Amino acid sequence: MTTKHQFCTFYVDDLFLGINVQQVQEVIRYQEMTRVPLAPVAIRGLINLRGQIVTAIDLRCWLGMPLRDPQELPMNVIVHDGSNAVSLLVDRIGDVIEVNDELFESPPSTVRANVRGLIQGAYKLSDQLLLLLDTGRALAECDSRSAQNGRLAS
Amino acid sequence: MEMVDDIVKEFLVESYESLDQLDKDLMALEDAPDDKSRLSSVFRTIHTIKGTSGFLAYPNLEHLAHVGENLLVLLRDGALRLNAEIATALLAMVDAVRSILSRIESAGTEGDETYEGLIATLERLKNREPAAKPAVPALAAPQKIEIDVEQVVRELSLEVQAAVTCSPADCKLAAQSVGKPRARAKSKPKTKPPASSMPSNSTHSELKTQIENHFEATLKLEADSHSETTFADSAAVAIEAAAHDDHAVSPKKALAITESRAGADGGSASAEGGDKSGSVTDSSVRIDVQLLDKLMNLVGELVLARNQIMQFSGSIEDAAMSAASQRLNLITTELQAGVMKTRMQPIKNAWAKLPRVVRDLSISCGKKIQVVMEGEDTELDKTILEAIKDPLTHIVRNSVDHGIESSDVRVKNGKSAEGTLWLRAYHEGGQVIIEIADDGGGINLDRVRQKAVEKGMVTVEQAAAMSDRESIQLILLPGFSTAAKVTNVSGRGVGMDVVKTNVEKIGGMLDIQSTMGKGTTLRIKIPLTLAIIPALIVTTASDRYAIPQVSLLELVRLEGEHVKKSIEYVHGAPVYRLRGKLLPLVDLSERLGVVPPNADMRQSFEDRIVNIVVLRANDRQYGLVVDKVNDTAEIVVKPLSRQLKGIGEYAGTTIMGDGSVALILDVMGLAIAAGLTGDVRDQPHANNGKDGSHSGEPTQTLLVVDLGDARRFALPTSMVARLEKVSGSVVEYTDGREVIQYRGEILPVVRLSNVFGAADSDSSHPEELQIIVYAEEDYSCGFAVNRIVDIVETELRLKTTRGEHDNLLGTTVIQERVTDVLNLRNLARHGTKDERLGASRR
Repeated sequence: MTTKHQFCTFYVDDLFLGINVQQVQEVIRYQEMTRVPLAPVAIRGLINLRGQIVTAIDLRCWLGMPLRDPQELPMNVIVHDGSNAVSLLVDRIGDVIEVNDELFESPPSTVRANVRGLIQGAYKLSDQLLLLLDTGRALAECDSRSAQNGRLAS
Repeated sequence: MEMVDDIVKEFLVESYESLDQLDKDLMALEDAPDDKSRLSSVFRTIHTIKGTSGFLAYPNLEHLAHVGENLLVLLRDGALRLNAEIATALLAMVDAVRSILSRIESAGTEGDETYEGLIATLERLKNREPAAKPAVPALAAPQKIEIDVEQVVRELSLEVQAAVTCSPADCKLAAQSVGKPRARAKSKPKTKPPASSMPSNSTHSELKTQIENHFEATLKLEADSHSETTFADSAAVAIEAAAHDDHAVSPKKALAITESRAGADGGSASAEGGDKSGSVTDSSVRIDVQLLDKLMNLVGELVLARNQIMQFSGSIEDAAMSAASQRLNLITTELQAGVMKTRMQPIKNAWAKLPRVVRDLSISCGKKIQVVMEGEDTELDKTILEAIKDPLTHIVRNSVDHGIESSDVRVKNGKSAEGTLWLRAYHEGGQVIIEIADDGGGINLDRVRQKAVEKGMVTVEQAAAMSDRESIQLILLPGFSTAAKVTNVSGRGVGMDVVKTNVEKIGGMLDIQSTMGKGTTLRIKIPLTLAIIPALIVTTASDRYAIPQVSLLELVRLEGEHVKKSIEYVHGAPVYRLRGKLLPLVDLSERLGVVPPNADMRQSFEDRIVNIVVLRANDRQYGLVVDKVNDTAEIVVKPLSRQLKGIGEYAGTTIMGDGSVALILDVMGLAIAAGLTGDVRDQPHANNGKDGSHSGEPTQTLLVVDLGDARRFALPTSMVARLEKVSGSVVEYTDGREVIQYRGEILPVVRLSNVFGAADSDSSHPEELQIIVYAEEDYSCGFAVNRIVDIVETELRLKTTRGEHDNLLGTTVIQERVTDVLNLRNLARHGTKDERLGASRR
């Protein structure tokens, strides 16, 4: 008996990434943001999400990719971890797909080190690989980095 | 089932409240054991608990309360006099009752604990005076709260009829007899919900209490013979209403009628009657705090919506619209004030248990301490009140255990045998100040330093170099305790740092002042409320920021020529002369790094209009330079997200009128980041550590120096013996080394700019040399630098990326600049080899 999971998928540069649907609160278009000086580069700003203030984190920064063209507006994937909500800025939104657990494999060791920590593994879809983003890890890492590098990264 | 739950809940809430009152009453009774009215109040409370617990089938609780009540009866009737032992036993009983109640609350049952020991003690105390009045058994007999209201009313009305028909003198007698059943009646504590929501049993008893209170009130009238008829009338009305109508006419209404009549003839009587029956509190309703919080949030959102509408209506010309938005504005403001008020509670709620704490502690420490409270009615937001309860207890425990000396020591030192602990609260400049002061021995700073060294918190050198103010701050470090032995009271060293953290968590500040032999004063400054605050909105680099108005002192605007004239520079740091005093200036855009840092700030001020926001951080002032001052606004404070907590410059976030997000500046954090005030640096802001807790990194005081190039260097001040400024002409040479005569010795001088290869040839013989004197036991050495920049306190997180250089301990970031930390010891011993300039052995 195999279990299936639903994933909300999106693209960051050429990476095809997914997050468990359960963790996703909503997906919204680009929002005006208030920048936060002194914060780590990845923190692009703060969004007013119907009265709730949400921090926007650029996945491109996290995954060590080149910054996107200022003309291209990112999409917001709002994920929540219990009490907090965070917006992940991605390039493009994909479908919600259902994936069989059998297809999962942990990331090959050749994946770049800075990315490997944030990717839980890959689902081998027929036409491409779906990388599973470890949101908990990403957010936790964000914490520690912001605490340390807050002053450097403005 | 829910009905029962509600009753239990009601019982619990009510009982907790009355237990707090009991603590207070019992302690007051210790001072004035003959205060009859207080005794009766204590008796009534216990009796009510007993009655209700019997009704709700909590036999253990009932039994305990019963035994306590028996003892109280003797006290009330004067057969026994309250002494410390009895008071202790009664207080222990109160505690036992409290713990049973909390078990009921958490588990739904009262548990198996029967408190036999306590009961035995209470019994023993009671039996010491065996000559109990015959009345006692009769009084103690009835145990159920159910009262046949009809019978009571019948009884009372008979007596009232008698009273009506006879003379005033007889009337008094009759009234006294009316009063008698009172002892048997189950009077309820003051606070009651509206009668209709109560189960009918309680209603009866309440009714009865109220009826009795009428008599008490109207009795006062009896002296005046003219009022005789009124008395009879009012009483009759009340009784009639009560007898014929259980619910249709509420007892309150009957009460009102009686009072209004009684009041017509004797105003004072009605007032007193009102007081005693608790009609004032009858008009209050209990509200779930969660509901209040929700209301508060909604009001917060409403305030934001109001702001948006106000902004919108300002941009269109429509009389009707602007009138409507004006009304909305007014109503919202009032609503906000109203909801805020519901959350405000007098600080005495947090203080209530402190006298008890002091009493118990002082007895166990063998000290005599009186507690003096001032400003008990100062109001605070409920959440803040909750947050300071524990810190207050900690501080009070500390004062009792460490602060106030035992009686004989006090007498020896020429003080009164009884120590005093003051609790003061007052408003000052939008903040609430809470002071906990004692007239004890004060903090022995030498011992503090010594302990800190013993525990390895600071080095000997650091300790020696510390000012008294700095030393006091040591007691706020985690794990610090000067208590010679660990008692069950304190001394485990988990006190003051927790206090500090808690206080800072709610945006407060903790300040300690102590005079040896005179006493210690702890001052907590906290904001009135956390939710909605007035703020000044400023713009810098086209971003808006909010500055809490609490810290705002004034605004200064400089234009054109004025800028050049009035902004001066102390060693490159801009200052403004504000009414003759120098005000250090901090450029917000530069501090936040939103414009490239200017090597010369002079340039940046030259061509623009300078807006200075004069702020207060702790006791110092500084001026924040912003691009534009927009407006003031009420903002709803929202906490920083987890990812941003580490940035000390921000206190929170808020949503502006147009729906965009703005950051709230942390006035203190900015001052710390700018390295502005000594006092502030002593108290690293709560946000500096992760989640406000201590990050475990010890903070170090560093001296920041400039060697003439772009690089910055720092060295621990603990390594510095002295700083000297000498003229370049005193440098002499021996064996190819530079030396100066210093305090009768020959001090070798090492130019750090040579060691680190700073291209600085033209200033190799400057007029003045800044010498950092370094001394160890057997040799000393002077290091010449170009400029002393600052002294900062920072958590030293060294990155040893350039570890190959022995003369550097590592690299860190100080005031947003990469700074190399010097290894002075190495420099003194070896660094000189490289340069053929020497640190010679003495």
